[in-house]
Amino acid sequence: MSMIGTTGERREIRDRFGFWRRSWAMVTKEFIQLRRDRVSFAMIVMIPVMQLLLFGYAINTTPHHLPSAVLLQEDSDLARSVLKALENTAYFRFTREVHDVDEFDNLLKSGKVLFGVEIPRGFERAVRRGDKPALLVAADATDPIAASSALGSLGMLVQTALQHDLYIGDPPNLPFEIRAHARYNPAAESRLNIVPGLVGTILTMTMLIFTALSVTREIERGTMESLLSMPIKPVEVMLGKIIPYILVGFVQAFLIINIGVFLFGVPVLGSLFLLAALSTLFIAANLAIGYTFSTVAQNQLQAIQMSFMFFLPSILLSGFMFPFAGMPVWAQYLGEGLPLTHYLRIVRAIMLKGATMQNLGYDSLALTALMLFAMAIAVMRFRRTLD
Amino acid sequence: MNGTATNNGIVIDVKGLTKSFGGREVVHDLSMQVKRGSIYGFLGPNGSGKTTTIRILCGLLTPDSGEGTCLGYDIRRDAEKIKRQVGYMTQRFSLYQDLSVRENLEFVARLYGMPDARGAAREMIERLGLSGREEQLAGELSGGWKQRLALGACTLPNPQLLLLDEPTAGVDPKARRDFWNEIHALAAEGLTVLVSTHYMDEAERCHEIAYIAYGHLLAHGTVEQVIAKSALTTYTVTGDLNGLAAELAGKPGVDMVAPFGTSLHVSGRDVAALEASIAPWRAKAGLHWQASHPSLEDVFIELMNRSKDNFQ
Repeated sequence: MSMIGTTGERREIRDRFGFWRRSWAMVTKEFIQLRRDRVSFAMIVMIPVMQLLLFGYAINTTPHHLPSAVLLQEDSDLARSVLKALENTAYFRFTREVHDVDEFDNLLKSGKVLFGVEIPRGFERAVRRGDKPALLVAADATDPIAASSALGSLGMLVQTALQHDLYIGDPPNLPFEIRAHARYNPAAESRLNIVPGLVGTILTMTMLIFTALSVTREIERGTMESLLSMPIKPVEVMLGKIIPYILVGFVQAFLIINIGVFLFGVPVLGSLFLLAALSTLFIAANLAIGYTFSTVAQNQLQAIQMSFMFFLPSILLSGFMFPFAGMPVWAQYLGEGLPLTHYLRIVRAIMLKGATMQNLGYDSLALTALMLFAMAIAVMRFRRTLD
Repeated sequence: MNGTATNNGIVIDVKGLTKSFGGREVVHDLSMQVKRGSIYGFLGPNGSGKTTTIRILCGLLTPDSGEGTCLGYDIRRDAEKIKRQVGYMTQRFSLYQDLSVRENLEFVARLYGMPDARGAAREMIERLGLSGREEQLAGELSGGWKQRLALGACTLPNPQLLLLDEPTAGVDPKARRDFWNEIHALAAEGLTVLVSTHYMDEAERCHEIAYIAYGHLLAHGTVEQVIAKSALTTYTVTGDLNGLAAELAGKPGVDMVAPFGTSLHVSGRDVAALEASIAPWRAKAGLHWQASHPSLEDVFIELMNRSKDNFQ
């Protein structure tokens, strides 16, 4: 009982520093929790490192060595020199040689090459005669950034390169005419490229989040325990969680594409049905990946963090923000592992180039493979017991 | 389709179950048998391994060692078949809080492939006395109703065995009594019920009980058998008890001193030592000593104290 006096005094002292003590208590507690949360910890390190490496090494806004096709109607020394000169500009890298115009168009439509050069029959003879024949350089201009620098400097660069060769005329007058043809987006309007890209980006973001929380939510709310005690199989749980959101994603895609068409005047040159079908595939692939995260994550916060760490490279490495062909090879390989990369090619090709299934086989197959891969992991990772 | 090994009317028959988590043994060499149609009470302190044992029985956990059958199905190999015929009510409410009563029941009925899910749900709502509340969200129900709904959900697919993990924790006495009446009604229909609980009055409502502490099954049988086997001698003291409990505690032969309302229970295993220790107080005026039977609670507290010495 005699303690009352002293405790009274001590309480007064404590109150004077109460603000700091309580704040400090909170700070310590937060640090302890942060230290135990490995994924948050990883994010603190991963996000800046990833961003710096990607922006520093992978992203190149004036891309070089862009994949190009050549339609060689004539095999002459002059033709070879011109191609060599084009390659020497460092903008072009001839990866394909084609033999007819259809093949040439298909390669451009599918996005396998960004440029096509056509050397017409009788080119060398026409040059000798001083007829100034036309050399066609067709560019996939859906991404204006990727195409413009190469196209812009075409005339000048070829001239300089050819000066060392046999057929140089006076610098200002080249003995042939370079007819540059910016296909699909001749006015180089960036919105024509960005709006279809946004369809994919927005879908990636929302679809991942929908399913990334699905399993962790059941675990956190305790409903997983009774679900597991009932006769339902992991595949059934997964399908049940994915299918409703395919519909949601479909509505979302419909909305974005409509706004793109009616507000931003982006055309849909290809088949709407094909666009819908492949968009559904892409939506399902993202849902499957989100679902996989939710079977790996310990809680909802981790699931969100994983989705974010997947979303960031998707934006940077898919060709949405920066030209895909301009990235170094390792970054392109990483990009091939992202559904958004393939969908961007698909959606741009259908909307802007009027591509058909025939042009999009590889990317559709890649999307399917990525989706099945994610689903397989999810089914394996799904814990049927509480062990 | 039913596992015919439910012979002799034994529904649960397991031997030597052991399960560890992170190097800590939660269930140790546990063997038990449960008869068809009986209500089997599972008692023990928190963290004693009751929940783990129940989860092993319904296939949610795989035992590290040990074997046995549940409804005639092997608990290791046939977990999926066991799940079809077992209703498991989790300790924490595990139905969907954001689904209505009806939607929750229909979901369960569909998962079990019941032909008329809507009809089955409607019947269950009536049986539970939840008519008029079927569109209410499960999360908005009171504790007692939630627990009734959970019981309804796990009996909906007509299981043969119910595993109830502390079903009445945090439920008021009236609801608890109704709940137990329901369980007895179900058992009378032939359903076997394994129920874990902390409440002694509930233990006494079971046909058979088992006491488990620190993963070890310490006693089992009917309530009378368990009390008789304990060999505990108990005195009930009434009168002027002020300070008596503190004075008696720790004296040789006095294993347990526990107040019960206005009386005090003094128990010990060694009768002679107990009598010697309490002798000075037995003659004391104002204290009334009476030899009595230990209650189930006395027996369990004593078992728990003893097991603490043995296993910790």
